[in-house]
Amino acid sequence: MSIKTIHRDVVVIGGGPAGLAAAIAASEAGCKDVLLIERDRILGGILNQCIHDGFGLHEFKEALSGPEYAARFINRLPGLGIEVMTGTIVLSLSPERILEVSTRGAIQYIQAGAVVLAMGCRERTRGAISIPGQRPSGVYTAGAAQNFINMENIMVGKNVCILGSGDIGLIMARRMTLEGAHVEAVFEILPYSSGLPRNIQQCLNDYNIPLFLNTTVTEIRGNGRLEGVKVAQVGKDRAPIPETERYIPCDTLLLSVGLIPENELTRDAGVAMDPITGGALVDDTFMTSVPGIFSCGNVLHVHDLADWVSVEARDAGRFAAAYVHEKREASRQRITIKEGDGVRYVLPQSVSGERDFILSLRVTAPWRNRAVVVRSGDKKVRRKKIVRLHPAEMIRINIGKDALAAAGGSSLEVSVE
Amino acid sequence: MSTKEFTCVVCPNGCPIVVNIDDDETPVITHIEGSTCKKGEEWVHQEIENPMRTISSSVVVTGGDCILASVRTNRPIPLGRIMKVMEEIKQVTVIAPLAIGDVVLRNPAGCDTEIVATRSVAKAQ
Ligand code: SF4
Repeated sequence: MSIKTIHRDVVVIGGGPAGLAAAIAASEAGCKDVLLIERDRILGGILNQCIHDGFGLHEFKEALSGPEYAARFINRLPGLGIEVMTGTIVLSLSPERILEVSTRGAIQYIQAGAVVLAMGCRERTRGAISIPGQRPSGVYTAGAAQNFINMENIMVGKNVCILGSGDIGLIMARRMTLEGAHVEAVFEILPYSSGLPRNIQQCLNDYNIPLFLNTTVTEIRGNGRLEGVKVAQVGKDRAPIPETERYIPCDTLLLSVGLIPENELTRDAGVAMDPITGGALVDDTFMTSVPGIFSCGNVLHVHDLADWVSVEARDAGRFAAAYVHEKREASRQRITIKEGDGVRYVLPQSVSGERDFILSLRVTAPWRNRAVVVRSGDKKVRRKKIVRLHPAEMIRINIGKDALAAAGGSSLEVSVE
Repeated sequence: MSTKEFTCVVCPNGCPIVVNIDDDETPVITHIEGSTCKKGEEWVHQEIENPMRTISSSVVVTGGDCILASVRTNRPIPLGRIMKVMEEIKQVTVIAPLAIGDVVLRNPAGCDTEIVATRSVAKAQ
């Protein structure tokens, strides 16, 4: 029996916020042959378990929960004639854009005119941060606990410690409290929280949950079930200070220690990666180093707001459709963008100079009243004053092609001054 | 006179708002600094008078294609009454089908809000 190969113009991998927006945009840009592939049985991705509100303030000018935000996009798919394959896993992706997919027990090959990578990210685990101690149950990533509580109706514990002050951890501190658990504290190894200030207020302060900065979990204890954790303050080198160590009894430890873009397929296809973002290197059309393969959303770089994922993915979807229809080659002229002082990463990493674009970046430390400056050599392309700069908050700056042309040069540097 | 710092929770900007309060018998706001929009200013007045919050949770669904439906308040409720409202939400069971926006509970704990579904649930096949 031979395995059949089908052809689709634009194939979007991942049915979360990025994939939904990309598929819709590709279709609206005139592509009538869009396929959206999702491994779960339903669309929406992580939005399904993010039942808290705060989504959509930018996209829809109202505060929606994650499932409502997803529904706004999902409801548009049938009208646009977008084909959806749920319960489908992409096993491999070749540089020639041939996808090997497993769908309900059958293997299929799909030749794509363009591919949009929108696989999102996954959580860092205990293994990734290697906490010493025993291996009891009761240690969860915050997102896994969120899934158990919000999707499966399974309460994960009664006395909870949380390591890491990422937004999911903060959201879960409130969620567990509302469900009747006692949340002892949140511990953050950095000298500042990595979550949004608003979540510190409405998820911790509102419920008198303390946040200990410069503090980490040094040991996990328990036979069978978690019995407690040891925590200690850390010095400037982030090494625990033994004299500050204390023991806290608890039956549950949630880890909210960062997200990792899920790029196995991207590497498969031979796409060049950025070691800092953990995602692909892209140009101002969100195209990767492999022609016809585009990337957007959390698989490209971890976002703090779903609304910006949608905005970015729309561009990627639109450019993917244009690639198929115009058979446009990657532009030869390239202006590279590099991070300067105070900037952890910039995206895109190169641009054509042919169009306006949004520069996304993250800073290396919290500051107040600084300016983000984009320079070509000693010529200033753009300067934007920002009141609060925080590593947890992505900064987006629009750069005009006229300003780029006026400054000239073949590389830009972005720094905080 | 006293100075208080708040973090506005209306939108993800989370502006730090500094308020000078003349606290004789009834506190009077004399100066607000840091809010970058009108909503933040309204919010901080409310926050000083009586803090209000929105909450989300879920309710059990029977006969549907999933076992939980997420819900939220459609208007903010007093911060101090959140746990009471949660107790009432926990008692609710709904029968599928359910559409986004369906009211599953009215005026929990006497609050001027409705608890509405934020996920639609189809009947089990
Ligand atoms: S003051 Fe306005 S912009 Fe700032 S957090 Fe509040 S609502 Fe958002």
